[in-house]
Amino acid sequence: MPIAGNIEAAGRWRAGSLSLDARAPGGPIERAWDKARFEMKLVSPANKRKHEIIVVGSGLAGASAAATLAELGYNVKCFCFQDSPRRAHSIAAQGGINAAKNYHNDGDSVYRLFYDTVKGGDFRSREANVYRLAQISVQIIDQCVAQGVPFAREYGGTLANRSFGGAQVSRTFYARGQTGQQLLLGAYQALERQVDAGRVKMFPRTEMLDLVVVDGRARGIVTRDLVSGAIESHAADAVVLATGGYGNVYYLSTNAKGSNCTAIWRAYKRGAAFANPCFTQIHPTCIPVSGHYQSKLTLMSESLRNDGRIWVPLNKGDKRAPNEIPEAERDYYLERRYPSFGNLVPRDVASRNAKAVCDEGRGVGEHGLGVYLDFADAIARLGRAVIEERYGNLFEMYQRITGENPYQTPMRIYPAIHYTMGGLWVDYQLMSTIPGLFVIGEANFSDHGANRLGASALMQGLSDGYFILPYTLGNYLAGEKFEKADPLSPEFREAQDAVAERTRRLLEARGRRTVDSFHRELGKLVWDYCGMSRNAGGLEHAIGKIRELGEEYWREVKVPGAAKEINQSLEKAGRVADFFELAELMCIDALHRDESCGAHFREEHQTPDGEALRDDARFSYVAAWQYNGGDPPLLNKEPLRFEYVHPSQRSYK
Amino acid sequence: MSATAAQEGIPKPRLLRFWETTLGKKAVMAATGAILALFVLAHLIGNLQIFLGPDQFNGYARALRHLPELVWPVRVLLLISVLLHIWSSIELAVVKSEARPAGYRRWKPAGSAYASRTMYWSGPIVAAFVAYHLMQFTFGVGGTPYNRLDPYGNVISGFRVPAVSLFYIFAMALLCLHLRHGLWSLFQTLGFYHPRHTPRIHRAAWLIALFIFFGFISIPVAVMLGVIPPVL
Amino acid sequence: MKLIFHIWRQRDGRSPGRMVRYEQDGLNPDMSMLEALDVLNEELILKGEDPVVFEHDCREGICGSCGFMINGVAHGPLSKTTVCQLTLRHFDNGAELYLEPWRAKAFPILRDLMVDRSALDRIIASGGYISTPAGSAPDGNAIPVSKEAAERAMDAAACIGCGACVAACPNASASLFTGAKIAHLGLLPQGQPERARRALRMVARMNEEGFGQCTNIGECEAVCPKGIRVEVISRMNRDFLKASWTARRAGAD
Repeated sequence: MPIAGNIEAAGRWRAGSLSLDARAPGGPIERAWDKARFEMKLVSPANKRKHEIIVVGSGLAGASAAATLAELGYNVKCFCFQDSPRRAHSIAAQGGINAAKNYHNDGDSVYRLFYDTVKGGDFRSREANVYRLAQISVQIIDQCVAQGVPFAREYGGTLANRSFGGAQVSRTFYARGQTGQQLLLGAYQALERQVDAGRVKMFPRTEMLDLVVVDGRARGIVTRDLVSGAIESHAADAVVLATGGYGNVYYLSTNAKGSNCTAIWRAYKRGAAFANPCFTQIHPTCIPVSGHYQSKLTLMSESLRNDGRIWVPLNKGDKRAPNEIPEAERDYYLERRYPSFGNLVPRDVASRNAKAVCDEGRGVGEHGLGVYLDFADAIARLGRAVIEERYGNLFEMYQRITGENPYQTPMRIYPAIHYTMGGLWVDYQLMSTIPGLFVIGEANFSDHGANRLGASALMQGLSDGYFILPYTLGNYLAGEKFEKADPLSPEFREAQDAVAERTRRLLEARGRRTVDSFHRELGKLVWDYCGMSRNAGGLEHAIGKIRELGEEYWREVKVPGAAKEINQSLEKAGRVADFFELAELMCIDALHRDESCGAHFREEHQTPDGEALRDDARFSYVAAWQYNGGDPPLLNKEPLRFEYVHPSQRSYK
Repeated sequence: MSATAAQEGIPKPRLLRFWETTLGKKAVMAATGAILALFVLAHLIGNLQIFLGPDQFNGYARALRHLPELVWPVRVLLLISVLLHIWSSIELAVVKSEARPAGYRRWKPAGSAYASRTMYWSGPIVAAFVAYHLMQFTFGVGGTPYNRLDPYGNVISGFRVPAVSLFYIFAMALLCLHLRHGLWSLFQTLGFYHPRHTPRIHRAAWLIALFIFFGFISIPVAVMLGVIPPVL
Repeated sequence: MKLIFHIWRQRDGRSPGRMVRYEQDGLNPDMSMLEALDVLNEELILKGEDPVVFEHDCREGICGSCGFMINGVAHGPLSKTTVCQLTLRHFDNGAELYLEPWRAKAFPILRDLMVDRSALDRIIASGGYISTPAGSAPDGNAIPVSKEAAERAMDAAACIGCGACVAACPNASASLFTGAKIAHLGLLPQGQPERARRALRMVARMNEEGFGQCTNIGECEAVCPKGIRVEVISRMNRDFLKASWTARRAGAD
């Protein structure tokens, strides 16, 4: 049901005609998930054995889904490009995982977590999904504790919590600064147990390069074995993508080097709608870039903002050492502008303000791209020992990387791309617009709207994998009839040939530039024009540039080596080729969304004091983009209704 | 469980399965090592009586000879311990060499002690020494004058040969190294570790190893310096 | 700054390998070791040569992908640091660095500095888990865990599975890795029901994979980027010995 609306700028897109039925159950939202579960069809235990399921990705979402599906009795094949499922990038999440346990008796509830998430997402998420997420958050903690995740404890032996990322209740569970690692290891161990039991076949070092759709349903994937280079087909009754986000389109991001968009992009090109691609989150507390050789950005937990004070010099171009700048000549700009939240404003607000002061020329560090995060006051107030206990490992990491001692001199931080709220469109059942293709975790768009709250990504990945997909996938399988998919059928052969052809083209371009040099240039374009703030002119410019560079890429890229061997350049080359296409769609989406909301900040739309200005009348919808061959993509809209949390202007003053 | 045994449905005897693991062999090595170390200590205390004169020393030896019901079980126990200690070390040496078929071009220790890395050297040399030591003082075929009823005299005449004394001192140095690692390592292998007690065990291992070293070498040194006089 | 690299180059598991010398000038001391190799690889690609294959992913010291020997020490000279976070400022200008892959029978070389560490996954699969079907868990606070136990379990659970312990051990033993998992789960009340079975199965698997024995020398602890202590090996030994003695069924499986 497309909404008639904005003008299609210069033919950059066209209106689509997909019917986007979210299949969210009606009635009271508190009962929706129960109702949906009851209405779902079940697969009998004897029949589960007969179904083959493909899970691509082995992070929190993928590993938990694969383990749980196998436990239920399905035959699962799980794929990851890393050498072990334990290395998926979920492992790098530091801060924690939210759950509405209200163990602290401080007023938390499922409803409050739901409310905070919808509001934090700036009213661009689907209420029913978010409510379910908040409900399930409680079960996740129980599950992880039972698996042996060593969450922090109080002296009495109960679970410890902290407040995180600006939340006013303590609902974040954590395992030192390695929560993602511990949760992932829990899921990974559950997965390995199923591998040992023979119910999951694990394919490490195997990258999905295409999706196979037979008679309108997802029936398999084409992969490349990253060791032998063999291109292979795998057939199944359903395909689950849990391949994470696409932050690496920016080249410099906090993502792992291997994180990529290829799986979801291939699915997009096979017909899955891509929702809100321009919603990308910038994390405010990363270590600034130190030189052009920089290969990635390192994130430091946001919890640092609980005790650190953010400031820049009051005057432009002040090159004095931080300790020599007197108090009166410092601008604690977050505390000044947001007296009630201060340094704990949401990520997008903190990031944009950092960019603004750096754009004014008040940035610190060699390149002027950084702000101070100062612990001097906290150390004076609490003592060094307390700070060391809270942040010791982060301080150590900072010192290791920068060579500076944050106990003595303030840290320098700068925002970096961290998470992508956009992803493949899914309905309440987590199924994409291609029947049989399910998308979970960061790879889908579902729960975070235009901005994700801290400690919610882990929650979503595990909720999808342990507790939602196992039901909804069964519901799908029970409602369909399956002939065994044949990997030798024309659809598989076509996809396999297409993969081989792309590989050949990349290897035979034999140009003069490396893959990384293109990726760096692309990343800078997207960062400059579709990063922390965007405007129509810049986006138009970027689209033109990205196309130009993309064409040059296929002519000028130099990929050494051969197809049938370990070839890391070839792996990167395929991923970067997809990033080019995705970057363009991100810019088109950002261009079309002629409002500011959450992390999407259009300079044309801001309040007088520079806050994001939503346009609910025109843009209260999910933009689900459809691939249209070489023609401009098709824009489909899923309208958003807010029956419980009424849209309001976010205020952190 | 090995594939063939599983297929045939015959579970291997538990002891065999235990022995087949590296941890099992290590446990055997630790337990036998502990027995041998206790013997070494007892032996040293016996030997030091030489400083109390020939009558005391020969008397002690005679007393032992008249206690076959004590000596023989101990001998059997020691023999079994030595054999198991050596056997497990040989098997583990094979495991070790197979575990890294190709070595590094460069390798630098980052945190291990010299003694711990040289167990495979110190062990066999000490074993060779023990063989010679038995030939010399128990069987009397070590090439030095020997009189079964005069151990005191045997020690004096034996250690008057500088080569014998030097070999003895060298072997005791290696034994000291071997024990300095082995004595604490056996606790670790048998599953005892405590952040407070393990450092104490470390220190104790050093002290005991040094005591054994200085205790034993005091005899040849004293003989060579003439502190222990021959009976004229 | 300038560095001279001697890097192990090997096409695949079947081909012989050799050390190849590369001189790198104009490096920045703030670069990480891997970024220096990135720069080297860019140059090699443009020269038409094969870039050096090395494993890496998160580049923030947590995924455990990276790691190789630098001058004979796993992950290089800086303690508690993986090569991805090892910056060049820790080396002298003009230093010669010998980069070699992890070497162990259980870690076959795939190419250059990349090895196959799937044996570690198989050790986990043999018992390094607590069996908890999704949905079966009691409330998170139903099982109190003392702060000390949680902290100690976390110390052991911090293992990133990089394989440095195996690489550094003269016996190529995986005891620190295996012990870390056995200690992590064994220190928690949730891990008790499967404790004996876990120790027996993981130790057996570790042996079958061809890792060597532990001789308690402590090289693993010295190079472990997460500071895991050999105490975990002692816990493994204790659990294994106890289980060997008491388990009702041999192998408990």
